[in-house]
Formats: sequence, structure tokens, C-alpha cells
Amino acid sequence: MLANIFVNTLIHASVYALLALGFSLTFGVARIINLTHTAFYMLAAYLIFTFVGTLGLNSALAILLSIVLVTIIGMLSYKVIIEPLHEHDTTVLIVTIALALAFQEVMLILFGGHFRGVPSLVKGFVTFLGVRVTNQYLVVIAVLSVILVLVWLLLLKTRLGLAIRVTAQDREVANLMGINVSLMSMVTMGLATMLAATAGALVAPIFILEPRMWLQPLTIVLAIVVLGGLGSLKGSVYGAIIIALVETLVVFLVPMGSFLRGAVSLAIMIIILIIRPEGLFGVSFEGER
Amino acid sequence: MTGYLYHLYQAFKEEILFLPSRLIALVGIIALVLLPLFSQSPYTLKVFTLASIFAILAASWDLLSGFVGQLNLGHALFFGVAAYTSALLNLHYGLSPWMTIPLGALMAVVTGMLVGIPALRLRGQYLSLATLAFPLILTGIIYVFPDFTGGELGVSGLSRLSNSRLADYYITVGLALGLGFLMWKITDSKIGLIFHAIREDEIAVRAAGINTTKYKLLAFAFSGFFAGISGGLYAHVMRLAGPSTLDVFMSFQPIIWTAFGGIATIYGAIIGVYLLYPFMEVLRIVPEYRMLIFAVIIILVLRIMPQGLSPWVIERIQKECPRCKRHNAFTRKTCKACGTSLEKPSLGGDSFKLEVKTSE
Repeated sequence: MLANIFVNTLIHASVYALLALGFSLTFGVARIINLTHTAFYMLAAYLIFTFVGTLGLNSALAILLSIVLVTIIGMLSYKVIIEPLHEHDTTVLIVTIALALAFQEVMLILFGGHFRGVPSLVKGFVTFLGVRVTNQYLVVIAVLSVILVLVWLLLLKTRLGLAIRVTAQDREVANLMGINVSLMSMVTMGLATMLAATAGALVAPIFILEPRMWLQPLTIVLAIVVLGGLGSLKGSVYGAIIIALVETLVVFLVPMGSFLRGAVSLAIMIIILIIRPEGLFGVSFEGER
Repeated sequence: MTGYLYHLYQAFKEEILFLPSRLIALVGIIALVLLPLFSQSPYTLKVFTLASIFAILAASWDLLSGFVGQLNLGHALFFGVAAYTSALLNLHYGLSPWMTIPLGALMAVVTGMLVGIPALRLRGQYLSLATLAFPLILTGIIYVFPDFTGGELGVSGLSRLSNSRLADYYITVGLALGLGFLMWKITDSKIGLIFHAIREDEIAVRAAGINTTKYKLLAFAFSGFFAGISGGLYAHVMRLAGPSTLDVFMSFQPIIWTAFGGIATIYGAIIGVYLLYPFMEVLRIVPEYRMLIFAVIIILVLRIMPQGLSPWVIERIQKECPRCKRHNAFTRKTCKACGTSLEKPSLGGDSFKLEVKTSE
């Protein structure tokens, strides 16, 4: 039981952290609430399904291809649809949700509404604290943690990361310092989409695929990002761990817990918000009104 | 008597015929009232009955989010709470819809207050995302107590709103137009002015000595009340209150309709529903592509008209007088009220440029 909780928390925490990190980055840099975000995760999972299941490609190649494709789709949809509207907050909200719906419907038309599965990329299992853990789980956890560290290094140690963080902090000043804010927004959108696609591609073999699979992670990601503080990268990682732990505990320990797992994590988000209105690590933007 | 009629005709000409947008609104209202003359099919009536119910919902969202700027992503909370309250009161205590709908609306107001008081500590995007959570939490609770709430199936077997479909139609259309007008009047009043001001600059409003929290709570209460009425009507027209009334999609729908019709206008929200909802029903001829077409149309329309449909149309059929700010039909060359020329100021700009050139 304990080991089960531990492994499940790790898996969910790393997936949520990747999704929330991307969402938080787009919010911070491009200043949009991108509700299409988790649809890219769904898209990547379906692409893997097509490449591996239907076309029979090598799985590493399939993962790479689907991540690249989804990233291109993400950047294009930002440039063509979202950026021209970014001054109208509500319009962006509606357009991104409509975009997610459009992706969902395309998948529904192409693949139907059945639950789909992707065969595991690696076979076998290890016994860990008396619980069988399939190697697929271990690979997912390992790869996700490595990616998390890589993104961290990219943001904190490189010039590109510096430019992204500067743009997030103050768009106008960043612009005056010669940073191409519009380009940075698109690069960030690409990076965020890539993270979502990676999460989707990796979990495709262990989660169930269906066209509506983006909706549940979306609400959870929103909860995580708000809980950790909008635009705070540290906040999204800690938020992901907290929410994943709570979800897993509720599912394993509370009777009828699977109905309540969303409700409890959202309730925790609200309690934290009431105590700290700007989230755990959020900074209140005083200069902006 | 004839003098009075002539006076009425004059007022009608001055106030309605004079502006194309009001004429369009009048034609729309007449069409809604006369619709049963052309088609009495239960299906058409049901579609427009539901459209009227959702028009109230969308307008109530616009009142809170469009005007006061408290972007509420969980509007289904009010709708669902009122639907469930009406349903349970009707089923367990046998109250008639005339009692359950107002009681449901009051319950929605109470919920609005309960949610609003903690939520108003939050600002901007945080508030939106926190409000998204409330209906989802309530859904979880509903699933856990299936004996009382009916769980996944909801509460069914409620009494009808009225005896006939036609009466249902006129009640809901009447309420949609009446309550829509009421909401429009609220936004036009002094309270509405403060609502506007809070959206534009809350700190400035507070600096002017106005208790903004009180007004924001008032907006939550108004919005909850109207959304509650629509929730109660929905429960009695569908004769069912289920968890779908609290769905995320139910929260997003009023936003989609309002953004499509034009935000912060009230009438835009109502127009959006009356256009999009029947359109969605027409799309049932291609069931697989229905949602896809819907999503693509939303994206395209908003990409071309970011402010929504009605402001875009109004901008093209009406001109605002630069001096007295009265609206004039696009055919007029001078303002009806003050006689100022309505020609594009580009002419003035050009001559100014010429002047600069000659002085060089």
C-alpha cells in the first residue's frame, strides 16, 4: 500500500509538474491562460498510438516524431490564432478552449471515442518494497525527472532561459533591453508545448487514451498553478507534488475516493488561496494593474 | 386620443427606427413572439425554450464577469445549485415551480455569497481559476451522496413548468427578455457605473471612497440570482437536475456565447445564445462534425471580431457623434442631435499633414 502510494504519487507528480511548468511558463511570458495546453498532451499520446500501433514505427523514433510535430502545431496555433488576440483576455480563454475542443473532436472523428492503449515500450517489472513495479513506470519516472532537471538548467543557466525569465518579469523593460518579446513568447509556447507533448508521449503506455483525456488534467493543472502561484516555476513543481500526493492518498485511503479526488485537491487549492491569496510562491505584481 | 397615438408614434420613430441596432433588436423580439405561428413542432419550441433559459444564464455571467470584470469560470455553480434546490424542493415537498424557482434562485444567491466572500480576497486570474473549482467540488460531493442527490443519474420526475409546451415557450421567452432588460437597466444605473469603474480601475474606485468589496458581492448576488432563475427553469423544463448542470462545459458555455455575442453588453450575451444555440441544433444533421464545426466557427469569428459579434456589427451600421457621443445611423452625414459632421476625421488629419509639409 505504502509503496503503491509512493510510486503513484511519483508518476502523477512528474506528469503534473511537466504540464504545470509549461502552463506556468506560457502564463508568465506570453501572459495568456492557455486552456489548450493539456490538449497538446492528448495529441502527443494519440500520435504515439498512431505511430507505434498503426504504422509500427520504432518507439524511440515515434516519441521524437510526435514531440516535434506537436511542438510545431503548438507554435503555429500560437502565432496564427492566439497572438493576434492576446489583448482580449476573455477572447483568448474562449479561443483556446475552442481549439482544445477542435483537437478533441478531430481525434474523436479519426479514432472514435473508445478507450485505447499503447503497448509498453519496455517489458518486465521489478519488485520494490514488496510491490511489483513495471519497468515502464520506472522509465517514465526517470525520464520525466531528467527532463525536469534539464528544463530547470535551461531556464536558470542559459541566455535563452535568462531572456525567458526577464520577459516573464517585465515585458516592457525586456523589450527596451532589446529582447524580442513576441519571439520569446512563441519560443516559450513551443517549449511549453514540448513539455506537454513529452508528458503525453511518455504516459501513453500507462494511462488510458481517450479524446476527453485533456479535461481532467487541465483542471488539476489549473489547481496546481494557482496553488503554487501563477507564473512561479518553483511553485508549479511543489504544487504538483502536493496535489499528486493528495490525489493518491484520497484514492487509496478514502472510500469512494476516486469520485472525490478532484474535489479534495481543488478544496486544498481554495484553502491555500484563502490563507495566501497569491499562492505558495506567487509574487503579487504590484507594478501592474 | 389620436394626439396621444401620434405622440407614441413619434417616440417610436425617434427612439427605435432612428437606430439600426434597435430596429434589429425589435425585429428579433417580434420574431421570437411570433415564432409559434410558423412552427408549433415540439422540437423547435423546445430548442427556443432552452435557448431562452440559457440567454438568462449568459446575461447573468456577463453582468458579473463582463461588467465587474470578476471573470467567473465556475458559473455552473449557481445554475446547478438552483437546479438541484428546485428539483429537491419539488420532489420532496411537492412545491410548485412558482415556489421552487425563486427559492432555488435565493439558494444560488446564498451560494454566491458563500463563494464570493472568500473568493474576493483573490485578484484577477486567481479569482477566475478558483471559481472554476467550486462546481467541481460540489460535483464530487454529489457523487458521494447518491441517496439524496441521485448521484450520476440526478433527480428526475419533476413537475412541468406549465401545462403546455407553448406556455413553457412564452414563459421562458418572456422571462429571458424581461430579465435581460432588467439586467441591462442595472448596468445602466449608478450601480452599473460603479461596476464598470471597478473593472477599469479598482484602486481608483476605492480611492474615491467606494467600498468595492460590497459592490463586488452585490454583483455576485445579482448574477447568482439570475443564473439561479435560469437553473430552476432548466430543471423544470427538462424535468431533471443532474450533475451535467455543474459540468465544466456548463461553465464555459455562457462564456462562449457571451464572447461570441459581445462581452460587457448584456444584449450581446442574449444575441449570442439565440444565434448559437439553435445553430448547434441545426448542426445535428452532421452529428460527428457538430462540435468540430462549432469550435472552428468560434475560433474564426473571434479571430476576425475579437470583441464579439454585436460590437463589430454596431461599429459598421452606426456612427458615434464625435461631439455629443450620440449614436447615429450609418447613412447620416451629420449628427441628428447636434448637427456635427459625421465624416471620418481622416480628412482633417490629411489637411493637417499638408500644412506641416508646406511649413517646411
